[in-house]
Amino acid sequence: MSAFVELCGVSKGFNSPSGRMNVLEDVNLEVAQGEFVAIVGYSGSGKTTLVSLLAGLLMPDSGTVNVAGKRVIGPGPDRGVVFQNYSLLPWLTVFENIHLAVEQVFSNESDAQRRARTERYVELVNLTHAKDRKPGQLSGGMRQRVSVARALAMDPAVLLLDEPLGALDALTRGSLQTEIERIWQADRKTVVMITNDVDEAILLADRIIPLSAGPKATLGPAIAVDIERPRDRKALNHHPDFKRVRTRVIEYLLGSAAQRRTAHAPRPTAVALAEPLVGT
Amino acid sequence: MSKIASARSSKGFFLPFLGILVVVGLWALTSSTWAPALPSPARTWEVSKPYILAPFEKRGELDQGILRFTWYSLIRVAKGYTLAILLGTPLGLLLGVSKWFTRSFDPIIQILRPVSPLAWLPLGLVIFQKPEPAGIFTIAMCSMWPTVLNTALGVRSIPQDYLTVARVLQLSRSKTLFRVLLPAALPYMFTGFRLSLGIAWLVIVAAEMLTGAPGVGGFLWQEYNALIYEHIILCIITIGVVGFALDRVMGLVERRFKAV
Repeated sequence: MSAFVELCGVSKGFNSPSGRMNVLEDVNLEVAQGEFVAIVGYSGSGKTTLVSLLAGLLMPDSGTVNVAGKRVIGPGPDRGVVFQNYSLLPWLTVFENIHLAVEQVFSNESDAQRRARTERYVELVNLTHAKDRKPGQLSGGMRQRVSVARALAMDPAVLLLDEPLGALDALTRGSLQTEIERIWQADRKTVVMITNDVDEAILLADRIIPLSAGPKATLGPAIAVDIERPRDRKALNHHPDFKRVRTRVIEYLLGSAAQRRTAHAPRPTAVALAEPLVGT
Repeated sequence: MSKIASARSSKGFFLPFLGILVVVGLWALTSSTWAPALPSPARTWEVSKPYILAPFEKRGELDQGILRFTWYSLIRVAKGYTLAILLGTPLGLLLGVSKWFTRSFDPIIQILRPVSPLAWLPLGLVIFQKPEPAGIFTIAMCSMWPTVLNTALGVRSIPQDYLTVARVLQLSRSKTLFRVLLPAALPYMFTGFRLSLGIAWLVIVAAEMLTGAPGVGGFLWQEYNALIYEHIILCIITIGVVGFALDRVMGLVERRFKAV
């Protein structure tokens, strides 16, 4: 079976005072349809660049990005994006923010059909009670749920999550992780999630792919998470596979950072190594 | 009401009155000492009374109640200001959106911006051959710039995130304009609208003085020529109060939009 999302030898650089600097170098990725893949890496290692390439907001310098067998040449409704900073429009209500996406993608449907569609996604993320509120009146967790609903409402073939829970406190994070798993279980979209939280990746993903420390970051070997679903975050800590997967991911990341340090100047790094907060 | 609150509100009324009282005192002192031609406050009130107590009276073309004159001026300002907004907003949007447009037109805008209304008016008379459109042209030419520059600034200050959303959702050009660009730039635009209105009102006096059109400015100039100096002061106070009121109203509208 051919891959649904495919990156082939992708490199992307940006101009810096000391010449062009490759952020990503020779990145190869294959994601099967319906698979949930988490890419875990240090902050500043080019994770957002990777999402932007998949979303079509950036074009690779070399290599190709394919989604559903078609080459990505720009943003499209087949790829829904959830950004770390929510990116909601503050002058629109919850309903209107989601409806904006629906209107655009389902322009052939009747007005009533589109409104019903928007209502459905508001309900999916449990925000019916807040649908007429503006983002400024919502908590961080609620805002991110609007952002998730907006991405899903486009009914994309692939959902791209760029550190979707990175700006949230640990408790809200935990409950949203559960919610993301519930939504994903319901319609099994192909998901590529970027995160710096290894535990979050283990909780949600089928496969975890570590991204080495940048610059010239590249993807490491994929690590399968063979833990049955639905995953219970309390039981997860004691699962034998949990420790094994976690150790492998962290060892790869630390190893790549150590290599980087000997080869390049040190750079600020941060990866969430803390014990899981909920359930301990 | 508690004692503290009543003390504070009486202070709130008292202090502005104190300021006015000091200025009127200086005015009275000046007119009674080294500038005898300047009418005293009491004399000004005496001579202006018919214009204030019958504010809408029309006795002749240039002999009307002060609010009637104010009304003529406000109409004229409204026309010029509307023209300024209609021209300035799209110009500002273009400047904000297009680097090419900015490079081409920013220099000429910076050159035209500081030109005085006294300079525009004769040109308006040459172009339109009639005083009324020349006055409106002058008001528009002078008051347009804050709207142009603030609209451009507003568009340039739109967070990249919003534009990324527009791209990811693949919004059409018109939708990006009306659902993303304009709402995001609106608070800046209103600051521009407010400053523009202030300038439009400032220009009205100059425009009416030179064209002799009936209005507060025209009245002021006529009464100077007729040696009725009391009315000059009446006009100055009227212009100031109206300008203050306009600014306050725009401030309220602006705050509503900034609260988003």
